[in-house]
Amino acid sequence: MKKIKLLLVDDEKPFLDTITKRLEKRELDVSAVYNGKEALVELENNTSIEVIILDVKMPGMDGIETLEEIKKKFPLVEVIMLTGHATVETAIDGMKVGAFDYLMKPCDIDVLVTKVEEAATKKRRHDEKIMEARMKEITGRMV
Amino acid sequence: MEASAEDRNAFYHVLSRKITALILVVSFFPLILTTGILFYRFNQTYTEKIQAHISELVQKHTQNIDSFLSEKLGNIRYLAQQFDGTQQASDIFLQKNLKLLKTEYGDVFTDLGLVNENGIQFEYEGPFRFKNADYSGAEWFLKAMGKPFYISDVFAGLRGHPHFIIAVKVKSNGSDYILRSTINFGAFNSLVENIQIGKTGLAFLVNSKGELQTQTRVGLKESIISSMLDRSCYKNNETIFAKKQDASGNKFLCVTSMLKNIDWIMVFRQDIKDAFHDLWKIQILTLVIFILCCVAILAVAFVLPRNIVKLISKSDKKSEVMNKQVVESGKLATIGELAAGIAHEINNPVAIMVEEAGWIEDLLEEEDLKECENLNEFTRALRQINTQGKRCKEITHKLLSFARKTDSTVNDVQVNDAIREIVSLSAQMARYNKVIIETSLDESIPYIRISPSELQQVILNFFNNAIDAMEKTGGTIKVETKVSKIEKNHVVILIEDNGPGIPKDNLNRIFDPFFTTKAVGKGTGLGLSICYGIIQKMGGTIDVHSQVGVGTKFRIWIPFQDAIIEKKRLRKN
Repeated sequence: MKKIKLLLVDDEKPFLDTITKRLEKRELDVSAVYNGKEALVELENNTSIEVIILDVKMPGMDGIETLEEIKKKFPLVEVIMLTGHATVETAIDGMKVGAFDYLMKPCDIDVLVTKVEEAATKKRRHDEKIMEARMKEITGRMV
Repeated sequence: MEASAEDRNAFYHVLSRKITALILVVSFFPLILTTGILFYRFNQTYTEKIQAHISELVQKHTQNIDSFLSEKLGNIRYLAQQFDGTQQASDIFLQKNLKLLKTEYGDVFTDLGLVNENGIQFEYEGPFRFKNADYSGAEWFLKAMGKPFYISDVFAGLRGHPHFIIAVKVKSNGSDYILRSTINFGAFNSLVENIQIGKTGLAFLVNSKGELQTQTRVGLKESIISSMLDRSCYKNNETIFAKKQDASGNKFLCVTSMLKNIDWIMVFRQDIKDAFHDLWKIQILTLVIFILCCVAILAVAFVLPRNIVKLISKSDKKSEVMNKQVVESGKLATIGELAAGIAHEINNPVAIMVEEAGWIEDLLEEEDLKECENLNEFTRALRQINTQGKRCKEITHKLLSFARKTDSTVNDVQVNDAIREIVSLSAQMARYNKVIIETSLDESIPYIRISPSELQQVILNFFNNAIDAMEKTGGTIKVETKVSKIEKNHVVILIEDNGPGIPKDNLNRIFDPFFTTKAVGKGTGLGLSICYGIIQKMGGTIDVHSQVGVGTKFRIWIPFQDAIIEKKRLRKN
């Protein structure tokens, strides 16, 4: 399986750094940014990103706003919400807007990896279906 | 606290006094004004009426006497004109006419007589033997000779008992005669004596010299009579009304009126006390009513404010307790928010720590470190960090979830869940005090529509109290939930401990606000009172059983009928 392309968005730098290292060690292709705006820029530049782990509580653009923007511009990218405090409601709001799932901080790394893999699988299946549809359309046109 | 209580007492005192003063002013002012005006007016009117009545009575009688006298005078004058002066026929004339007069007027005319200019009564007809009586020296004769007619004062005369004479001068054959008639004094006297008002009212006639002309029932002293007469006042036949005082200080009314035909005065005398007897009766009645009113007002003015102030102080106390409760719940909310903030702040570093530990764990997997002799220790330490980190996470999560719910929004609540949450929160503190919390929760109890955080506040309070009570000895708290068998449609929560129990004296005061047995500064005495308030708000009840040395059992009933109805309604929809 191809390495999953993952984007981490969190304002807590030490947390981000460590988790980046740990995820990289688990065969993931991780890039990390510190706020919502940077995340959007990174997504523009790097279209291969499949899964985003997004902190709910961030200064400036918060998690939900960022999520809305992402879903508007890159609807196929899967987002996992990471909530620092137990604002389950916020996380659930996130799910309504289109997040794949949410996790509470601090979370077990293995659980996180599993969630990321699930998200990636979903995303890839989506992509495949879209590809198939396009293929059909193209082949149909050819016939 | 005590100072403020004193202030408050002073305030209540002032308030009560103000209300009293207000009531007094507002009630007394119109009362006195109304009573005063009515009293004065009535008095005046009644007095005027009495005066008018008496004056009129006297006037009427005066007129009566006047007309009586003028009528009698007229009779005699008529007779006098009839008299032809012949001496021979005079005895027959008198006899005939006296008979006529007696048949016409009854016993008014006693006798008739003819007196010649020498004062000798040469002809007489009547019950006495006065023929040839000599009147030449009599006062009435002298006066009568000088006038065409004359009415004498009352005098004893020859017959020795009071009478008076009507004398008319007759000119006949060049010589003067006088036709005289005696008026029956009894008949005349009754005219005056008939005037009787009240007990002391009496009337009499007085001549110009102040001599009594009629008989009175009461003997009157000359001085009294003369004191009543003030001759200068009598003009134009007016009736004069006066209030006088006799020598013994007795006040009396004196009404006088002059007769037209004769120089006599009609006097009516009545004690003021007697004359105004009715008025005084009414005055006394008014006074009694007024005094009763005053007493009633005074009673109201002093009792009502006291009651009002009592009510106010009661409601003040209540609102104070309410305020305290609000403050208390506000405090809880603040603490909750604070806890949430702290929990959040701690959560992040803990997350980082756990991640770092995880990272080290990851690194330890690498080959070159696997040979390290302390590898096992490292692994163990990291696992410990991880475990403790997770514990931190649990605590902060619990704190957060509790803090989040310190509001009174009503929800469908599973009581058991709420209790479990509190049990896990209190468990730590309980363990320090060697207290074990046992739960026996009936999972079949329905949802209840209440505020979950309030219910938790209540249960937490009971736990804290129980733990405080068993601080030294340790013990067990049993929590039980079930559907009540006693109360229909109620969930019952039993919280039972085996602590020292509550003494009987304190037992019925534990729900009173500010009642506490804890040391000063340790307890507000509000906890159970707030709990009681909350449970009452939910429509539930609390009761308590306690035995010293055995333990205490609280039972809380909360109704769930509403919740059921609500659910049924929802299902139908």
